[in-house]
Amino acid sequence: MTEVMDVAKPREDQMTMAPRPEVESEESLEGAEMIIELAGVDIYYSSFRAVTGVDMAIHRNEITAMIGPSGCGKSTVLRSLNRMNDLVDGARVEGRVAYHGVDLYDPRVDPVEIRRRIGMVFQKPNPFPKSIFDNIAYGPRLKGIKKKGELSDLVESSLRKAALWDEVKDRLQDSAMGLSGGQQQRLCIARAVATEPDVLLMDEPCSALDPIATTRIEELMEEIKSEYTIVIVTHNMQQAARVSDRTAFFTTVLPDGTVETLEGDRRSGRLAEYGSTRKIFSNPDDARTEQYISGRVG
Amino acid sequence: MATTFGRLGDPNTAARVQAELARSGDAKGRAFQYLLLGGLFLALIILVLLIETVIQDGWSVFTDRGLVDFLSSPLRSEAAEAGVFQGLRGSFWIAVMVALIAFPIGIGSAVYLEEYAGKTRFARTVDLAIRNLAGVPSVVYGILGLTVFVQGYRVPVLGWETADWTGGPSLLSAGLTLSILVLPIVIITAAEAVRAVPQSLREASYGVGATKWETVKDTVLPYAAPGILTGTLLSLARAIGEAAPLILVGAVTGRLATAHEGWFDIGQLTDRFTAMPIVITRWATLPEREFNVTNTAAAIIVLLVFVLMLNSAAIVLRNRFEKKRQG
Repeated sequence: MTEVMDVAKPREDQMTMAPRPEVESEESLEGAEMIIELAGVDIYYSSFRAVTGVDMAIHRNEITAMIGPSGCGKSTVLRSLNRMNDLVDGARVEGRVAYHGVDLYDPRVDPVEIRRRIGMVFQKPNPFPKSIFDNIAYGPRLKGIKKKGELSDLVESSLRKAALWDEVKDRLQDSAMGLSGGQQQRLCIARAVATEPDVLLMDEPCSALDPIATTRIEELMEEIKSEYTIVIVTHNMQQAARVSDRTAFFTTVLPDGTVETLEGDRRSGRLAEYGSTRKIFSNPDDARTEQYISGRVG
Repeated sequence: MATTFGRLGDPNTAARVQAELARSGDAKGRAFQYLLLGGLFLALIILVLLIETVIQDGWSVFTDRGLVDFLSSPLRSEAAEAGVFQGLRGSFWIAVMVALIAFPIGIGSAVYLEEYAGKTRFARTVDLAIRNLAGVPSVVYGILGLTVFVQGYRVPVLGWETADWTGGPSLLSAGLTLSILVLPIVIITAAEAVRAVPQSLREASYGVGATKWETVKDTVLPYAAPGILTGTLLSLARAIGEAAPLILVGAVTGRLATAHEGWFDIGQLTDRFTAMPIVITRWATLPEREFNVTNTAAAIIVLLVFVLMLNSAAIVLRNRFEKKRQG
């Protein structure tokens, strides 16, 4: 970690230059500590520019929602925050994605270390085909925690945070594959939490779940937000309105209402508006946001 | 009259809908289904006939002489005394060598190609080459083995003479040749098993901060294990059944006298050798009926059971891994 911090120093000039996102001066959000910052971020899949010119900041202990129509690049942006896009052949990020002021795409930065600090919950629950206990203990074990007692404590506290402990405490050695979809997704949250991350990225975590399971996950996010910073991509606008402090609206439509068509008839996603969730949903500045929110476009 | 919940429309509507809904009988579909079933039965009948013939011809060996005698006797010119001991031992050692040589190299290559090589031109070229190699006739591998392991090949730069290591037409040369023969098949099947690992599992692993090595070791390989195992053990069965390359590598068809006689004597690796398919092809060409019918059939039964045991082991192991995969 110390090594990572050193990388930050020569780059302070860039940090101050970064544009402040247009956050409304609402008391609760003012002065929140910035934890991740994106400045002029373009993301490419080979020659296709999937995302263009994103500037935004993620703030500590807040829930930031990313919304927008399909193909607007919100998941791509989310996955750039912990370098999950590295797994995709030909994916490339230009611009600056900084975590505590450290450029995540600096060649001296180890993506494995990033992912231990910036955890992720995926769209489809993806537990390992192992026991419930081993699913949670896997991340901590990688970090070198070997003692049975310490692991057990960590597994319990992670499962408690994910509101799953009471349902599985008597069958920790059972396969995680035997859990219901909602339980599996909470298990994945517990697994992400067990590595004691700073930031939790959630890529449409409720899209495969029924309304009851969705409510549980939303309550859970509210509960753990005091300890983590959460960024959630969601297709469900009500969900964004319910749980998030700030909302970023992505779209492929340009400010003048036209679209830029790239080769292969594809479009590039852009950040249309970013601000407090209350403002985005009640009084957005951008006409595109207004149209999407009111259901006329999208 | 039954309770009704509302009023139906025109009575003609019911008649029309009934006509529309009537089964039309999917004649083509049913014909196709019977065709498939016929194909399946044909294959089964041939298999049953084969086994039935072989058992009828060869069973007397086991009843008259006893299984143990047949399994423990060496190659001899007297049909009533000849046995498959040397062939079975040769095939056993070939299987061991293939498992020790081809499996690690093949599985390693597959993991490299799938997980590390990426989509480079190099990887694509190698992949294509391996697929073509899998289709090369086995005799060609026999010629390769003859040239490289039996006649000897001077390794460039290092100056090693391969024949000094293999002992020429030896069991080791046969094992190496058959390892090379099945290597492409092992790589292809293992690569397919690795490719079948869901990307979401890799993401899960990277997502909790695993390195590439940890992801491969803890997630990809355990998940791919049943598939890898099935493929590799089937390729082992293939290696055991090959005769053509062994003939070229110098398998002995007549009397075989070796210095090392035990089952597990490692010294026999550089001795001359024979194997089950060789024994069978040799006996089948001898003029005496006791050889070309009776003993041949009995040897075929032994080889079939040997392969069957290997395949059963594959299935048992695969089921165990699959159970583990479910948690």
